[in-house]
Amino acid sequence: METNPQGGHGNAPPLLQIDGITLTFGGVRALSDVGFSVAAGSVTAIIGPNGAGKTSLFNTVSGFYRPTCGQVRFKGQDITHLSAPKRAKLGLGRSFQNIALFRGMTVLDNIKLGRHAHLKTNVLDALFYLGRARREEAELRADIEERIIDFLEIDHIRHAPVSALPYGLQKRVEMARALAMQPEILLLDEPVAGMNREETEDMARFILDVREEWGVTVLMVEHDMGMVMDLSDHVVVLNFGQVIAQGTPVAVQGDPEVIRAYLGSGDVGDLRRRLHAGLAAREAV
Amino acid sequence: MRIGTLKETYIADAALFDSRTQQVWLAVGAALLLLFPFMASDYWLYLACLVSINVASATGLNILTGYTGLVSLGQAAFMGLGAYTVALLELRVGSPFLLNLLAGGFVAMLGGLIVGIPSLRVKGLYLAIATIAASFIAHFLFANTAFTGGTGGLTVPPAKLFGVPLDTSFRLYWVIVPATVLMLLGGANLFRTRVGRAFIAIRDRDISAEVLGIPLLRYKLLSFGLSSFYAGVAGGLWAYFFRVVTPESFPLSMSIFFLAAIIVGGMGSILGGILGAVFMTMVPELLKLGVALLPRGTELTVFLSPVRTVLFGLLIIGFLVFEPHGLAEVWRRIRRFFHLWPFRN
Amino acid sequence: MDWAYLFEISLTGIASGGLYALAALAFVMVYKATKVVNIAIGEMLMIGAYLFFTFAVTFAFPLWLAVPAAVLAAGLLGAVIERSMIRPLLGEPPISVFMVMVGLSSVLVGLVELIWTADQRRLPDFVSNTPIMIGDAFLAPKVFYGALVAVVLIAVVLLVFRYWRGGVALRATASDPAAAYSMGINVPRVFSLTWVASAMIAAVSGIIVGSIGGISSSMGVFGLSVLVVVIVGGLDSVLGALVGGLLIGLVEALAGAFLGGEYKLLVTFIVLVLVLMIRPYGLFGTHEIERL
Repeated sequence: METNPQGGHGNAPPLLQIDGITLTFGGVRALSDVGFSVAAGSVTAIIGPNGAGKTSLFNTVSGFYRPTCGQVRFKGQDITHLSAPKRAKLGLGRSFQNIALFRGMTVLDNIKLGRHAHLKTNVLDALFYLGRARREEAELRADIEERIIDFLEIDHIRHAPVSALPYGLQKRVEMARALAMQPEILLLDEPVAGMNREETEDMARFILDVREEWGVTVLMVEHDMGMVMDLSDHVVVLNFGQVIAQGTPVAVQGDPEVIRAYLGSGDVGDLRRRLHAGLAAREAV
Repeated sequence: MRIGTLKETYIADAALFDSRTQQVWLAVGAALLLLFPFMASDYWLYLACLVSINVASATGLNILTGYTGLVSLGQAAFMGLGAYTVALLELRVGSPFLLNLLAGGFVAMLGGLIVGIPSLRVKGLYLAIATIAASFIAHFLFANTAFTGGTGGLTVPPAKLFGVPLDTSFRLYWVIVPATVLMLLGGANLFRTRVGRAFIAIRDRDISAEVLGIPLLRYKLLSFGLSSFYAGVAGGLWAYFFRVVTPESFPLSMSIFFLAAIIVGGMGSILGGILGAVFMTMVPELLKLGVALLPRGTELTVFLSPVRTVLFGLLIIGFLVFEPHGLAEVWRRIRRFFHLWPFRN
Repeated sequence: MDWAYLFEISLTGIASGGLYALAALAFVMVYKATKVVNIAIGEMLMIGAYLFFTFAVTFAFPLWLAVPAAVLAAGLLGAVIERSMIRPLLGEPPISVFMVMVGLSSVLVGLVELIWTADQRRLPDFVSNTPIMIGDAFLAPKVFYGALVAVVLIAVVLLVFRYWRGGVALRATASDPAAAYSMGINVPRVFSLTWVASAMIAAVSGIIVGSIGGISSSMGVFGLSVLVVVIVGGLDSVLGALVGGLLIGLVEALAGAFLGGEYKLLVTFIVLVLVLMIRPYGLFGTHEIERL
């Protein structure tokens, strides 16, 4: 049941538009005719059971996978066949499900790397350093310090090698790097996976601040239902590579298809009866 | 004891030699390099030039293998391209030697770009094996084209600077060492910029790097091109130094030597390239000296070559098993000790 | 076109291909179980040949004693190598292990030169010298019998991998040692046994190759052709080792006959480059998928 196919506010054209995306690997169909749109300035969540195709969808939007058919439009431009680095340059920022920080670099260098597509230093500039490279690096450093490091409260670890950081801080550095990409849309793949209550709340706060202060649109894959319900304007539910529902968080929560996808077929009452019967049978033995 | 260093501007924080102590040591080092040729014997000057050439080449390989993660066993072949280019230009054209060196670098760079083209599809050890194949093909070309003098090779006339032939180690020192220092500085600068960061990203996680905005093929080719340019210049210096270039001058075992040098020195650090090249060049020399000092020394010289081979292999294995981050890591530990002294940790 | 000549060359090529296949088998075995690219395979072959030389000539053992002695000694060496160089580097990036193997090849060559000097030596003849004739084509008896031994050994190993549960254990250990461990597979023992078996097979290969062409400290260059064979066949495929070996043997023989001896290695390496570009996992290798 589709409650509202178009996320967000008013008649502004969507920032990101996904139409009829089908993705097959050999015999496996990861995504079937997936379509939804993301309005500028909104927080959209993609939810669904494991294996539903959420990360495959992200990878298609990022440009790592080319869909078998369908279209991805960003700011009105068809980017379906655009290479991943070019999409980064257009303003698609990304964080990864399993942290993809570069272990050979410090926190600061990892963040600076996010800005890569927007910098201009070429190899000759780099070898001689003193001219354009030096200026660009200094500007980059100043910008990152003021806008990102302060914002995400990671100034105390800026020179630390990322491999030495605890999980929660690594995730925050991932976010910082994604922000350094000067994104118009941030694709966050499970931003609070494996975090405790306090870290989750911190991250939620950062996501909301990012939307408020930076005007960045957020598209996130999430399992934490609290996060999804509290933060998102629009929710898209995937199961077995298909969109089975989308709409406001409240609408989606009550959708029977969604409930069935998470809990399996049959109604909850029946499930409860079967459970109790099973337990009783084991006790009798 | 030095634990923290205060910086007041971002530019100061990004400097290569950022503390007073380091700057003083740098000045001392520079002074030593300047005074050395006037105090050293011919033998030590020879060694200094050889070490310098090896440092330059090892740094090039470090950029490709240590920093970008593309394992290459073709460094010697690229040096060969540079050496042959220099030899042919000097013999047939007589162009100024600086130009020849740059040309050598460019020809080697072209070779590097060609070898690098399949690096998107051919990854990891497959790429290493492909570079072995490239080495052999290069060797075949050197040995079997009349243009390159065939198996006999070419004799290289000395480089000339303002009419003065550079035919002694003393004279060549003033070309080789500054060239090496420039290449080292270039290498260090590289990793303060987005180009260097991109290389490291490709090494650590190339797929994510692409999604973050780094065009993989372009940067892998850049890495190949740059490192083989370094090899080409080093090869050109080699040609002016040894004055003979034959197909056997740049065998696969030399590529292995350079790979061993950066492993022993520490991959992914400029200092590692320096330490490794110095160490690997000096060890056989020290071995020779040591054997000569032994009581039955002259009888044992016949064993020098195989012992050196065994030692070489043991060094590689030993460092990989016991000290995988190389001499650079050992150096860092020593420095930390002195920074923290009299505290222990 | 002298068809008889072509046939004869092809026959020799295929037979020497059998020898390549045997050495490739030793390589594949180690890769299958431990994911190690043993670039020192040529040198391990060489050590096997020199061990046989020691037992058969220096100690003057009779043949039926010298061969097993050499093979067992090589097996011991394989175990030592695994324990001292491979085991400590578990979990390190593949380049590290590759370089350790490069170091090992250096050590082995140096040791051989130290003990036996770099001179070429001959192994005692143990095959009759009557030429083998297939139709009108002449085949050197050593090459023929060598190839025969090779094919038999390969067939045995193929069957063992197929039908012995140890074969499955081997593959499990290679793809995920930690998981294999928790399944109850004695991973260290699998590693050791694999290296021992591989060293023994390499030794047999070395004895055969050595008796055909003599032994020297530069015998290890044989390993480069073996490298091409396993790339063509697939690094982890035993069948690939066989097919690849026969193919490369044939190609090298034809190149040598029609282009000249110095073109042999060149052609082999061109084949390598082509295979790497078109089909990097070889004819029968398993494709590794990368995940984001």
